[in-house]
Amino acid sequence: MSAFVGKYADELIKTAKYIATPGKGILAADESTGTIGKRFASINVENIESNRQALRELLFTSPGTFPCLSGVILFEETLYQKTSEGKPFVDLLMENGVIPGIKVDKGVVDLAGTNGETTTQGLDSLGTRCQEYYKAGARFAKWRAVLKIGDTEPSELSIQENAKGLARYAIICQENGLVPIVEPEILTDGSHDIKQCAAVTETVLAAVYKALNEHHVLLEGTLLKPNMVTPGSDSPKVTPEVIADYTVTALRRTVPPAVPGIVFLSGGQSEEEATLNLNAMNKLDVLKPWTLTFSFGRALQQSTLKAWAGKTENVAKAQATFLTRCKANSDATLGKYTGGASGDSAASESLYVKGYKY
Amino acid sequence: MSAFTSKFADELIANAAYIGTPGKGILAADESTGTIGKRLASINVENVETNRRNLRELLFTAPGALPCLSGVILFEETLYQKSSDGKLFVDILKEGGVLPGIKVDKGTVELAGTNGETTTQGLDGLGDRCKKYYEAGARFAKWRAVLKIGENEPSELSIHENAYGLARYAVICQENGLVPIVEPEILVDGSHDIQKCAAVTERVLAACYKALSDHHVLLEGTLLKPNMVTPGSDSPKVSPEVIAEHTVRALQRTVPAAVPAIVFLSGGQSEEEATRNLNAMNQLKTKKPWSLSFSFGRALQQSTLKTWAGKEENVKAAQEALYVRCKANSEATLGTYKGDAKLGDGAAESLHVKDYKY
Repeated sequence: MSAFVGKYADELIKTAKYIATPGKGILAADESTGTIGKRFASINVENIESNRQALRELLFTSPGTFPCLSGVILFEETLYQKTSEGKPFVDLLMENGVIPGIKVDKGVVDLAGTNGETTTQGLDSLGTRCQEYYKAGARFAKWRAVLKIGDTEPSELSIQENAKGLARYAIICQENGLVPIVEPEILTDGSHDIKQCAAVTETVLAAVYKALNEHHVLLEGTLLKPNMVTPGSDSPKVTPEVIADYTVTALRRTVPPAVPGIVFLSGGQSEEEATLNLNAMNKLDVLKPWTLTFSFGRALQQSTLKAWAGKTENVAKAQATFLTRCKANSDATLGKYTGGASGDSAASESLYVKGYKY
Repeated sequence: MSAFTSKFADELIANAAYIGTPGKGILAADESTGTIGKRLASINVENVETNRRNLRELLFTAPGALPCLSGVILFEETLYQKSSDGKLFVDILKEGGVLPGIKVDKGTVELAGTNGETTTQGLDGLGDRCKKYYEAGARFAKWRAVLKIGENEPSELSIHENAYGLARYAVICQENGLVPIVEPEILVDGSHDIQKCAAVTERVLAACYKALSDHHVLLEGTLLKPNMVTPGSDSPKVSPEVIAEHTVRALQRTVPAAVPAIVFLSGGQSEEEATRNLNAMNQLKTKKPWSLSFSFGRALQQSTLKTWAGKEENVKAAQEALYVRCKANSEATLGTYKGDAKLGDGAAESLHVKDYKY
């Protein structure tokens, strides 16, 4: 057979399609305990379970935000947490039309003999873990592969290892009822121009879809989470229209129409940049057989985190800030965003961290 | 870079898009001298140059036919032939809004150690030949790779050799101004079911697009000429709707949106079968970011040949027969064929020849 059609096939297709609904997108709230610690440190909040619970409760109970979201990616700890009233987060989300997802990778390790390139681990017992996550209410998963651009990077080894790892992860998810989000992130670090990023993105995505085909992955039951095509972090910026043009061209050259939706990562872009770029893509007058939406972490939460600063008295204000970014991105998926959503200076702050490690 | 930027890029993109114009398709009239000999033998016509010329003149001057066509594939001899009025065929075609194309492969040879699988030759000096063909008026090319379905076929070797041969041919064409038609034909011979054909087609097409990416081929300046997805020749037939569903799904899973058009080969299908199947595909309500059209040889010429039988007095009737098939297929590209084409002699006749060799 070509595509594996297991007992979950219909459900996978339906879930993937729903996540890709125009006007909706994904909140990536799957920061590991270590990573959320860095965020908390930046707002002087202690990295303990109750604070992690408080932040996610703030996000998941923000009035008006549910209609803008089709999914939320969670870290394992959060999958089993509850609101202060004792309601499991997954139930709260599901009741409001937001599908819970789960980060299943176990981080990156260096590839020996390369110049700092990595592969992602997490395949061991992945099937069993997926089954448990499905029981707990998760219906999609995420696995982040990381590549970089350099003189001799990404190497053929890095491309092959990451593409095949993603494919293996994807099929295991589908065997166990979870829609796999396929994320081959090419870091923005570097002084390369946008053409170089486009070339690398096309090469990487071609390898990814070849690997998915070899592993019999059902494309209709997957989502893609790629980087946008942009100049390197050390290079001059370009307009959202230029980014949109290169990004959509790269996707049209590599992503089969069977994939229902493409949910962009924001990388180191500021909240406003990420929204404007997504908007420009959706305004582009060219045939796009998949929906283009967001799966943002930092680019949805940055201002909100700052507004909250860990204080209960700031929750309402922080939630209002979060709503602003959700609505802005929801509009962007429809090409309707008119800019300047938040008067908050944090919205324009670059979230780029060199050599960023989760 | 990812896609190679030829000085001909804009022209390649424009020509490929033109060939995919809804309502139009390709007449494959590129039978080699040996192959046309078999056709002429079947109607008791001597295989001499004048007869080959007469046949092609009949086809290219058939009233009403050219408006249904965007391209005609020619054999090398025909590229330099003229009508009885002394007008070059390529000029007649161009004036009729039809792009001349040229078959550039040099047939298949067996792959040692396989069970009768083949690879296609023709790469030697291909660049120079393409230049000459461009000067003579050709604007697209065709190269036929052949695979088969069996217990152990297609083998990984066969898939790889044929995919990479196609990719090399494609980029050489683009360097020299010709739009490459990429043709990975999977023969219909066998007793396999339609699911098997679908699985093999998806696997082969995935390999083709990986190879094209590796070779920096500009997809926007190419066309795909695949087999339709059908049961094997020794298996029970299915309806056009079933063929349409399996075919379009296979294409959705493998062919990037950047490819402007897919021009099906007819294989051993009868004229009427091929038209009905194409029509069903264009009626299907699903994502189709490329236009779906025809590149038919036998399925456009069968009735015409029989009607002509090599006799001058039959030319008018033969041209009428060609017009009937051209019109039917033109409508099929729009999904408006009502199945009411005046069936010419042999229009419903299967054109399957077991283990067909050009």
